[in-house]
Order: sequence, then C-alpha cells, then structure tokens
Amino acid sequence: MPWGKLMMWLFLLSDTFVFSIFLTGYMTVRLSAMESWPNPSEVFALTIAGHHIPLVLIAIMTFILITSSGTMAMAVNFAYRGDRRRTVYFMLATAALGATFVCMQAFEWTKLILDEGIRPWGNPLGAAQFGASFFMITGFHGMHVTAGVIYLAVIARRVASGRYEEKGYHNVEISGLYWHFVDLVWVFIFALFYLW
Amino acid sequence: MSQVIGQQHPISLYLKIWALLFVLSTMSYLVDYFQLHGALRWTLILLFMFLKAGLIISVFMHLAWERFALKLVLLLPPVAIAIFITLMAFEGHYTFFSRIMGFVST
Repeated sequence: MPWGKLMMWLFLLSDTFVFSIFLTGYMTVRLSAMESWPNPSEVFALTIAGHHIPLVLIAIMTFILITSSGTMAMAVNFAYRGDRRRTVYFMLATAALGATFVCMQAFEWTKLILDEGIRPWGNPLGAAQFGASFFMITGFHGMHVTAGVIYLAVIARRVASGRYEEKGYHNVEISGLYWHFVDLVWVFIFALFYLW
Repeated sequence: MSQVIGQQHPISLYLKIWALLFVLSTMSYLVDYFQLHGALRWTLILLFMFLKAGLIISVFMHLAWERFALKLVLLLPPVAIAIFITLMAFEGHYTFFSRIMGFVST
C-alpha cells in the first residue's frame, strides 16, 4: 500500500465524519421541527414537455454521478495497464460528468432561491430548517465535486505528460478513491435528504 | 501489498457493477414515484442505499481486495457514527415532545 493511498483513505474517513455530522444534524432538526417539512418530491419536481415529474432532476444527477464512478474505475484500470491515452480520455470524461453535475446543481439552487423563495433561514413552504439543511449539505457536497473535477483534470494532465511512466500510476487510483467517495456521499444524501 | 500492481480486473466487472447501481438507483426513485409510505418506504430506501454504498466501496474503491487491517480501520469508526445517530434520534424526538408540551401548557 503506497503511503499516499493510505493517507487518502484516512482523509476520506475523516470526511465521512464531516458528512455524517451534517446528516445527523439534519435528522435532529427535522425530527424536532414544529412546522411541516416541505415535500422534497414536489420541491424538486420539474415540468418537462408538459409532464409534471417528481424529483426528476435529482434522479438524473444521481445517474450522472454513478456513471462518472464507472468511467473513473475504468480509468484506473487503464492506468495500471499502462494505456496512457485511454486513461486520459476516461479521466476527462469523469471530470466532464462531474462538471455537468455541478451545473445541474447550480440550476437547482437558482430555481429554489429565485422561484421558490427558499433561504437558509426560512422558506414559504414550511419548516425553516429545510433551507439550512439543504444549502449546507448539498453545498458542501457540490464543493467536493468541484474540487474533484479540478483534481482529476490536474492528474489527467500529468498522465498525459508522461510523469507517471517512471514512478507508477498510483496517483490515478488515489484520485479515483476521492472521486468514488464523492459518489458515495451522494448515495446517502439522495436517500436521506431527497427520499425521506 | 505495495509491491503488487493491483486492479487487474476485467472491464466487464465494472460495467456489471455500474448497471447494478443504475438498477438500484431506479428502484429508489420508484419508491418515491409510487408514493410508498411508512415502514415499507423506509426499509426499501435504506436497503437500496446500503447496497449501493457497499458496491461502491467494495468494488469501485477496491476495499474487497485490500488487506484486513485496512478494512478494520475504515469500517470500525463508523460504528461510533451509528451510535451517535441513535442518540440524536432520541434527542430529536425528545425535543419535539418537549416543544409540544411547552406549547400546550402556555
């Protein structure tokens, strides 16, 4: 086990605690809220071609992130086989999917802030804690995705320049660990925030 | 371990896991779409959540092929998180109860 990989794992363990605390805090304020909690299924619904589909944007975002995990796993595989060109392609595909995810989240935030009037300190739909939890949790996750996109782009450039030909391709796997973790956190946010 | 160049799995394995995650995500979405409620909804949501998390950690993040010590390092600390979540669930319910009682008495 290269030391960098172990350090990444330990960092991700600490990050697990960070997100756990956010989600636990969200659970606590939601359980104790006096006003009714806004229904996420309706809040995040979209009307596409005249059809009102509940939670559809979030579902698409979930599929995008899962797909990016798949492309990342393949990138790591190609890296260890020494296929530089394919490694770069798959890493860039992963980063592009991540960037798409962030753009959709920006769209979602805009819709909530401008159309629904949701603020961190209150909203017209019900419990004030909804906005606080939503912006905190999804904002922090979105920041992780954004950082991941930059991280992947940097590593992909180094792969392309042949920097890892001598020292081996562990850094690709390490960046992959980070990326899968971002996907992993989204699995919990999707289940606990959007489906509860 | 550091001498072993890992990750010699066929690409088809990743495609299978990816497809499986896709199916599980669709199932979670359908739980909401068909407006299931109560214990059934919660059971399904948590079941799909843990299955997806398990697949990502064990296959995509390769934990299934890592040494046992690393598995312990990563999987034991979350037990503390689980205990904390349990405590805070009690706390949340208690806060809600005491708020209701406070409103009733005034």
